[in-house]
Amino acid sequence: MAKQNIELIVNGDRYQVAVEPNRMLVDVLREDLGLTGTKIGCAQGDCGACTVLMDGVSISSCLTLAVEAHQRDLTTIEGLSTSPQELHPLQESFVQHGAVQCGYCTPGMVMSAKHLLDNNPKPSEEEIRQGLSGNLCRCTGYNKIVEAIGAAAEEMASSGKEG
Amino acid sequence: MAMPQFQVHQPKTLESVLDLLGRHRSSVKLLCGGTDLLIKMRAGAQAPEHLVSLNRVAGLKTISYAGGDGLVIGGAARISQVGKNEDVRSLYPGLAHACSVMATVQIRNMGTVAGNIVNAAPSADTAAPLLAYGASVVAVERGGRRQIKLTDFFTGPGLTVLEPGEMVEAIRVPDISPRSGSCYLRLSARSKVDIAAVGVAGFLNLDLDGKVIRCRLALGSVAPTPLRCPEAEQILEGQTPDEKLIAQAAAACVRASRPIDDLRATAAYRRAMVQVLAQRVLTRSLDMAKGGTP
Repeated sequence: MAKQNIELIVNGDRYQVAVEPNRMLVDVLREDLGLTGTKIGCAQGDCGACTVLMDGVSISSCLTLAVEAHQRDLTTIEGLSTSPQELHPLQESFVQHGAVQCGYCTPGMVMSAKHLLDNNPKPSEEEIRQGLSGNLCRCTGYNKIVEAIGAAAEEMASSGKEG
Repeated sequence: MAMPQFQVHQPKTLESVLDLLGRHRSSVKLLCGGTDLLIKMRAGAQAPEHLVSLNRVAGLKTISYAGGDGLVIGGAARISQVGKNEDVRSLYPGLAHACSVMATVQIRNMGTVAGNIVNAAPSADTAAPLLAYGASVVAVERGGRRQIKLTDFFTGPGLTVLEPGEMVEAIRVPDISPRSGSCYLRLSARSKVDIAAVGVAGFLNLDLDGKVIRCRLALGSVAPTPLRCPEAEQILEGQTPDEKLIAQAAAACVRASRPIDDLRATAAYRRAMVQVLAQRVLTRSLDMAKGGTP
């Protein structure tokens, strides 16, 4: 099958890649661009490990054809923090609250939390849980993650930081 | 299983989409959210040689409401956008609820209401509320358009009356009269992600004396297709609903259902829950209708 030339805009960087039409965005991010922060879990849209933002909206990159992401604005876990020395408040809060155990679900969790806070900067606990309904964690029991996101929301509100 | 090979077309106009559908008619599928289609393709259940993407077609994502005309949901409108739309939330709360709780955040951000309907799962969460609101599908092909009542649309699990070369351009939902109320309730073993084991949607419109002018009831996950319950609707139309009448109508919904045993629930449980959910849906719809606003 002929490859298609596409341009991916990931975390503000532009990448020209030639991809087969049947390749998924998550595979191109990981294998072609080396951005392995985005994980593959179930590969059918249930677990949320592959969550990235496309045009600011959370999607499953395991169910998105790479060619469909051509010239769309993508954000992955690697692009969340603005500097290599500093974590994003959400990431910092995950560390502080022990919201990471094996860590496999964490990038997806953080991206879903980012999408949630972008749309709802002061979510209730229930709204946080709803916002994570597409992300599975088999270690933490979710409580630490929910606490971390609530604390990050407060921190971001008080410091006036943009997500 | 590895993803089969195919060619992706990304047209910018509806005309090009229809041309492509016509030209590749023997082996073509429309792609929008892809949340059902790509999973089926990876599982080997579908192997179209051509995918025609709707994601770059201008104007197909529009959700518009106009008093008198009602609601128009564009063929590429995302489930999450429909669920957040202010007009949908205030006038069509059953549909808004379905679009806010089904699947996951990510799937709702990707998937479309039209795709949920065309995929024609017996459990399609938007189907029961759309049936209860009296919705129609606007189907378009190169030769022209036709409007299909949703009651005539589904023919079996995964099957619809759409012809090859035809696609859903929009879903039209009639306007809501004053003194109307509506509701959709679903049950699943898990609160999130899981497909509904039972879904019941209802719509009631009352006259000034509190008698039912129009009632529509619809069920999901309890028959090979989502379905309406005409017998139950007739029990309430022309009457002033009370608890006894609502229980009778709910019992008629149970008679309309043809559930099966599967991993999500037994047929007996589904029947029992149709009775309970139909009563709740009717009671809530009635309260809403009496409140004067839908």
